[in-house]
Parts: sequence; structure tokens; C-alpha cells
Amino acid sequence: MKIASISSSRSTLDVSLKRATRHGDILWSGLVIVMSLVVVALVLYIGWMLWQQSAEARAKLGWAFVLPTGESTWDPANSVFQAWAFIYGTLITSVFAIILAVPISIGISIFLAELCPEQLRLPLNWMIELLAAIPSVVYGLWGIFVFLPKVVVPIGDGLGALFGDVPALSQVFTGPIPQSGASRLAAAMILTIMIIPTITAITRDVLLAIPNTQREAAMGMGATRWEMIWQVLLPYGLSGILGAVILGLGRALGETMAVTMVIGNSLESSGSLLKPGYTMASLLANEFAEAASTLHTSAMIEIGLTLFVITLILNIIARFLVWQVARRTPQEARA
Amino acid sequence: MTKFQELIAKNQVAHLRQRKLVNAVMLSLTGLMTLLALVPLFWIVGYVIYRGGHTINLAFFTQLPRPLGVTGGGVLHSIEGTIVLTVLSCLFAIPPGVLAAFYAARNPNTPLGIVLRFSTDVLAGVPSVVMGLFVYTLIVVPMKHFSGLAGGVALAILMLPTIIRTTEEMLKLVPHTLREGSLGLGAPEWKTSLSVMFPAALNGIITGFFLAIARATGETAPLLFTALGNDNFNVGLIVKGGVQAHQDVFTILGRIINQPVDSLPLTLWKYAQQPYPERVEQSWGVALVLMIFVLLIEIFARLWIESRKRRLQG
Repeated sequence: MKIASISSSRSTLDVSLKRATRHGDILWSGLVIVMSLVVVALVLYIGWMLWQQSAEARAKLGWAFVLPTGESTWDPANSVFQAWAFIYGTLITSVFAIILAVPISIGISIFLAELCPEQLRLPLNWMIELLAAIPSVVYGLWGIFVFLPKVVVPIGDGLGALFGDVPALSQVFTGPIPQSGASRLAAAMILTIMIIPTITAITRDVLLAIPNTQREAAMGMGATRWEMIWQVLLPYGLSGILGAVILGLGRALGETMAVTMVIGNSLESSGSLLKPGYTMASLLANEFAEAASTLHTSAMIEIGLTLFVITLILNIIARFLVWQVARRTPQEARA
Repeated sequence: MTKFQELIAKNQVAHLRQRKLVNAVMLSLTGLMTLLALVPLFWIVGYVIYRGGHTINLAFFTQLPRPLGVTGGGVLHSIEGTIVLTVLSCLFAIPPGVLAAFYAARNPNTPLGIVLRFSTDVLAGVPSVVMGLFVYTLIVVPMKHFSGLAGGVALAILMLPTIIRTTEEMLKLVPHTLREGSLGLGAPEWKTSLSVMFPAALNGIITGFFLAIARATGETAPLLFTALGNDNFNVGLIVKGGVQAHQDVFTILGRIINQPVDSLPLTLWKYAQQPYPERVEQSWGVALVLMIFVLLIEIFARLWIESRKRRLQG
């Protein structure tokens, strides 16, 4: 009798607990939601932490820190910091990499999505994507010992000879390129190889998402294959392709190791592509662990913050553009 | 046919020829671009195998580095460091990643689901060097020293987006009927998730872990000012010392993760910049080990995911 009552009271407790938590489901969904919030909070926390830790630099150095200057100084010993040289280095290498990578990537994705025989498609896709899997230090090592002397130096010499005397371009192409090849051009070319897979993968997906009716209509009108691709498919997927390019740009801006190894890391006053330079990321890689003062650390965290904000904005724009294509396509396919 | 019409006809033929020519040229250009992009892949892989193959021997994997100028020795310290960092980063990244993926797979269109997916995308786009800065301010500054722990956290943040995305994708591939069957039999949601959905998707999810690990293993930038590097890192010595001093397991583990550690990419970076030829030679060996490890995981994981997708989608 006693035993029965105990067990029954235990089971009522059990039952009420189960009811209260809907058989544990409330705990489960709570856990899952908390973990999702942790991921979301992490992104906000990264931004906030960088903002807070760069407070000293922002207060002491002001906006002049990130604004263009003629000759920028970076002198930790005397606490004079101007980041323009690094921002310029990052911008010119990334933009040049984009200029090189976009036509190649679009070409590849057209080939993969429209022309490639079925049996070749998967292996080719993978090989292009494996380019993104190679660690960036390996790119750097190969760059220093193989790519720079064999490819970059001849191309740099050629560019210098071609454009060195052209009035408008001579600023960007003043030679000669250093013997070792370490230059902004080298960084841009390594970046080109590294961002091709990013741009290609998204552009290919955008092309594949375009409904077949578009292709059939163009071909039915008597267009050649190229005219169909150039005048119908590319305009149709334009915003998605733009998104892919912006994502590639985001990757190029933040790439650290390979660039640090081939760009030469020097604060040249010349803005030429053929001269060694410095980027925001390579500055962090080289100097951060050995910062001389709190202001020095803080200034570098502000550079990190700048990088974070730029890539954040680029990512938002790019995701929006890609998402727009994805959203529009099925509706129009139905119509 | 008048002369005028004849001219037009001729012109049309010429025009058509020109269109066909443009077509042929541009289409073959796209094929050429594809070949062009494959050149660096084969060049890098081939050259690294060629150079690295000469360096690698048993000592390379089993010995600590010798003093500068002395040939021989290996990179055992950075292999051990890489393992420590990988284990730590998995511990930190997998539980939250998988649970968040459960939420994302079940509730893709709730406000939190949309924000979560967006945050994952943003996190994937943040430059890895910035992650290093973040973890530096988060862990290294309060602890006042560089450590394997900080390196592990930095890599964990890098792995998180990959883990969430692949897990979510794999959970979504599990047939609805399984889920509905379990719920219909009266199992609560958590039990359905953990003992039906999770096992059904498990192989794919683990493949995703491997992809994330492969990516994290190749990363250097976030480790530069978190794990820093440590030429004298020697797990064997720490464990031996700890056992002799009668310390318990947690103290010993704490000592392992509480000091700076090296990793393969960090070692590669340092060695590649040194003027000593034997160090540069070893950096090619490290590059070979790293590259083969990463590429093998990448290829097998992809093969696996591909076959699974095909099977589940019928």
C-alpha cells in the first residue's frame, strides 16, 4: 500500500514534469534556440569587440587615420599612424584581381553550365573548386619560389615596357618590377587564382537556375549559342553575377597569408602596381603580435574593424543580389 | 533578282558567317579559360609533390626541430600542435553548430531562422585574420598570454559556418516520412530529432565536420596572434612531467592547451621566410603534408556527399 502510494506520487510528479516541459520539447527547443542566438550574437560581438578595442585609436587619431593622404606615415616609435597606404594596397590589389578574375570566371562558368559534356562536368567543377581548398600558405610558398620568378616578373616587365610611358597609366605601371617579383602585381595575380573558384561557383549556379524557356526562346529566334548566352542568359542573371563578383572582392580584401608572402611588405611611396606594397591584412599578420604600444595595437584593431565593416557591407549586398535572382526565377518560370 | 536584292543577300551571308565566327571564337575561349584556370592547380600540386617528396622521411614526422644550421629533424611539434588545435576547435564548434543547424533546418522562415542563416553567411565572409583579432581581444588579452586554447576558439569560429550549413543541408535531405512516422508514434520532438533525424543524417553531417576540419587545418592567419607558435611544444614531455609530479588528467590537459602551440601552416610560414635553405626545404615538406591532407579530405567528402544526395533524392 505504502509502496504503491509512493510510486503513484512519483509518477504524478513525473507526469506533471513531462506535461510542463511537453515531454522535454520545451527544453529541447530552448536549447536549440539558445545555440542559434549564440551564433547570431557572435557576429554582433565580433563587431562590438573590435569597435570597443579600437576606441583609443579612434579617439586619438580621428578620421584622418583612414582617409587618403599623399604620403602616409606608419611610425610606431613616434606614435604616428596613418592607414591609407594599407587601404590603398588592399584596394588596388583586390580591384586588379577582380579585373583579371571576372572574365576568366564568367568564361569558365559559361563552359561548365552551358557547353561542357555531361561526363566532364562534375570532375571539372571539382577541380575548379579544389583551387579554393589549397591552403593559402601553400599558395604563398609556391608564389615566392615558382610563380613570381617564372610568371610575374616577365609579365611585370612587359606591362612596365608597354604602359610605363603612357601618360594616364604611368602612375600605375611605373617599373621596373623588383628582381624577386615581390610586388602588388604579384599579390593581385595570386588573388586572381584564389578568387576564381568563388566567382565561378556562384555564377555557374546562377546560370543553371535560369529557366530553359529563356534558352529555347532565344535559340528559336535563330540566335547562335553565343548570342543566346551573351544577350539573354548573362543579362538575365546579371544581378546574381554581380553578387558573385562582390563576394569574390570580399574574399580578395581579406586574404592574408598568400598576399603577405608575395607583396614585399614595404611602405613604398610609389603607388605603382609593379612596386612592393602592403595591405591591411598583411600589416596585421606582420606586426600585430609584436605591437609596440597600446595605441599601436588599437590602431591595428581599427584596421581590422575597417576590414570587418567593408566585408560585412559587401557580403550583405552580394547575398541580397544572389537571393534576388534565386527568388525571381521560379516565379517567372511558372508564368 | 535586282542588283540591290543580290547585295542584301550577299551581305546577309557575310553577316551570318560573321555571327558563326564570333560564336565559335567565344565558345572556344570559354573552354580555354577553363584550361587556363586548371594550370595553376596542377602546377601547384605537382610542384609541391616534387619538392616536398625529397624532404619527407620518418624523422620528419617523429622528431622535433634541430637547432638552426643543423640538417635533419622534423616537425613533430607542429603535427602535435595541429592535432591539439583541431580537437579543441571541434569541441567548441560542433555542439553549437549542430544544434543551431537543427533550428535552421526546422524553422527556415521564422525571423530567427532568417537572421541565423544571414549571420552564418556573414560569418563565412569575415576575413580570417579579423577572427584572430577578435579572439585576441576575447581570450589572449584577459589571459595575458598566447595559448592553444585561443587558437582553438579562433578555428572553431571559422568552422562554425561550414558545420551549420552542411548539417542543415543534410537534415533537410532526410525524408519527411521518417520524421512524421516518429512523431506519429508519439515520440516527442527532441527524441525524433536526436534518435531518428540525427542518425539518418549522421554520415553526411560527419562529412561536413571533415570539410570544416580540412579548411581550418589550412588556416594560418587566425593563429598568428592566438596560438602564436612554439618550437618547443612537446606533448610527450608535458604528459611525462605531469605523471611524475602526480598531477591529475585535467591539470595535464590544462597545461597542454594553456601554452602557445604550433601548427603546420604556422610552421610553413615561419620556415618559408628564413634564409636557411634546410628550413625552406622543410617548408616544402610541410606544404606537401598539409596539401595532401586537405585535398584528400575535400575529395572524399565531396564524393560521399554526392553519392548520398543522389541516393536520398532518388
